Amino acid sequence: MIDEKTVDARGLNCPEPVMLVRKAIQETNKGTINVLVDSGTARENVSRLAKNSGWAVTINDQPDGSYSIVIKK
Amino acid sequence: MSTVFNLLTSRWGPIITGTVVGILAPVLVALGNPGNMGICMVCFTRDIAGALGLHNASAVQYIRPEIIGALLGAFVAALIFREFKPRTGSAPFVRFFLGMFATFGALVFLGCPWRTYLRLAGGDWNAILGIIGLIVGVIIGIFFLKRGFSLGRNHPAPKAMGWVMPVFMIVLLVLLLVAPQFGRDASGNLTGPIFFSVTGPGSMVAPIAVSLVVGLVIGFLAQRSRFCTIGAIRDSIMLRDNHLLSGVIALIIAAFATNLVLGQFNPGFEGQPVAHTDGLWNFGGMVLAGLAFTLAGACPGRQLFLAGEGDGDAAIFWMGMLVGAGFSHVYSIASSLAGTAAFGPASVIVGLVVCLIIGFTMKDVRLKV
Repeated sequence: MIDEKTVDARGLNCPEPVMLVRKAIQETNKGTINVLVDSGTARENVSRLAKNSGWAVTINDQPDGSYSIVIKK
Repeated sequence: MSTVFNLLTSRWGPIITGTVVGILAPVLVALGNPGNMGICMVCFTRDIAGALGLHNASAVQYIRPEIIGALLGAFVAALIFREFKPRTGSAPFVRFFLGMFATFGALVFLGCPWRTYLRLAGGDWNAILGIIGLIVGVIIGIFFLKRGFSLGRNHPAPKAMGWVMPVFMIVLLVLLLVAPQFGRDASGNLTGPIFFSVTGPGSMVAPIAVSLVVGLVIGFLAQRSRFCTIGAIRDSIMLRDNHLLSGVIALIIAAFATNLVLGQFNPGFEGQPVAHTDGLWNFGGMVLAGLAFTLAGACPGRQLFLAGEGDGDAAIFWMGMLVGAGFSHVYSIASSLAGTAAFGPASVIVGLVVCLIIGFTMKDVRLKV
């Protein structure tokens, strides 16, 4: 099954963004997860987790200074 | 130059930061700082609390430039790399108490996680029980994180709020350089409001300029690399991610090598600088510190760097540390070379109970995947 999910981790501190995305990844075999974060640290940590889990990562800077991280598998 | 900066956000970032800290901290000891205390986020905050008159333990009063530099270094890095994002609102008052109790625990052991690693690298084997305590505290914190513990989301705040801590640090720097003495003691001698130790660890200081620059360098590197001595243990155990742990290992190896070169490696349990041999409370103190830091999301150093980025919640955590350091010496909580103080063990137990209650009760009500 191909899923599409959104994880809004804006405003959350370490390690919560990574934990939310990890949970979403574990529940998804294939699909797209749209992650919203608003710190450089969360952006790097989420990207690293997704890459290490074999997902492709695309980061889009948002006008309000937050980041949309699209991860796909 | 930008390649060097990019390296700091790569997997090499924590390793570079850890190596630099591991080399510079023992050098600060050689230049005058107390033994195995080139850098200590808790002890130095405690010294600042004493200098400001929040406690009157005359041996540990000094405005440590390393703390000022660390925050300002992170502030400058955040400004340059557009990461200065003032924010607050993630249960700040709970964070204040976490900072306070983390400090109680750390001062029962006599060191923050940074100094725990530095003590190990100097041959102080009492640090081993401290590190085991730290790991146990982090594991308890992970238990809470896994069952949904959260202090909630922060929100963007006005830019000016993010400037409060940097300005406060500049005020501290001015007080350090000017050291005003307005007060009079009973015999009419000049005293306070800024107090500096004449004897004891608080009087053992590296030159101000060197300490300040080392602080600035560490703050800058750590802001870029997200160096965290608690995240290191947490991520390694919970996520099997050794990104931050590699930085801590680099710190220990670099500090060990530098101590060897400088003749500062003295292995043993007895007679270690600013340390005691009460194993149970070296362990217990750091269980409390490890748990409190994990619930607050970062080690004391990282809290300082986050405050430099404009994180008001991290700033409140540090203020909790400052006030907690004051209480630690006013109420006989902090240990001494002789061992634990009258209320040290009791404070650790109270702190653990409070942290367990916080761990069980705090959840983000709006948190949904």
